[in-house]
Amino acid sequence: MTSNPWVRPYVLTGGRTQTNHQLYVHTLVSSSHFDARAASKLTPESRRLYDRVRLGPQSVAELSAHCGISLGVTRVLLEDLASTEHLQINEGAYESPFDHRLLKRVIDGLSELG
Amino acid sequence: MAFPSSADRQALTVTSAKLVIAGGFGVGKSTMVASVSEIPPVNTEAWMTQAGESVDPLSDSSAKTTTTVAMDFGRVTLAPDLLLYLFGTPGQPRFWPMWDDLCRGASGAVVLVDTRQLDASFPAINYFENDSDVPFVVAVNLFDGKLTHSLEKVRDALCLDERTPLVTVDARDRRSTAKTLVACLAHTMKTTPTRA
Repeated sequence: MTSNPWVRPYVLTGGRTQTNHQLYVHTLVSSSHFDARAASKLTPESRRLYDRVRLGPQSVAELSAHCGISLGVTRVLLEDLASTEHLQINEGAYESPFDHRLLKRVIDGLSELG
Repeated sequence: MAFPSSADRQALTVTSAKLVIAGGFGVGKSTMVASVSEIPPVNTEAWMTQAGESVDPLSDSSAKTTTTVAMDFGRVTLAPDLLLYLFGTPGQPRFWPMWDDLCRGASGAVVLVDTRQLDASFPAINYFENDSDVPFVVAVNLFDGKLTHSLEKVRDALCLDERTPLVTVDARDRRSTAKTLVACLAHTMKTTPTRA
């Protein structure tokens, strides 16, 4: 982990460990525009996440890994960034991971891969 | 706020699905993820609280409240609006809370088995049989490209329920891995209602 070793994780999240929304490790996050001025006002960790999302829709786990911020902290910070409309959390087109329309699409995609 | 461009709207409609690759230490989980991933498998250290408490003697006396767990994952773009993520579980059974977290929202799981060390994957099979609602298949990793024990014998040795599919895979091979993932998803389709 590349975070400042002197800062405990809960300091970055104001003591919060839970998010209000269900943020899976594979939930996608994206941004519709990048505002450099808004970015400059963020904490270093939030700014890293905000910067990284510019590259395109990415999962919570990818953002955590690439920004060197632990999963739990990443979740809380991403939710904050979403609530201030810095970025959006993709709701996903399917309600359930077992939706047969989704499963069928993944199967078709994987079959083409092989 | 300005209206988002069509490209931005597109970004918002991208959907992701997730499959979990489980199994004991050294059975080939990372290899399997790497064989289909379009990004180098990301090895990350996730943090969690308390999970290690019952097993870390240190935590009794010290102020240690965090445990670092390594997990790796990969990504496959199946369509412009559909991404598949593969998550390898941390091998050690002490990380159950992490397993719950990884499995939440998964469309299926593959428990990878090495016939030279079957017992390494017992905890993973137990987990999916008893503690998870995620449908799973068991895949025997063919380390030298050949099956050393018949699947029937492997099924017996694992005490595997007849309804759980048992397949073979060469985890190094992209096509073989893809085929196994398809078998896993097909099993999910078979065991879940059409409108889940």
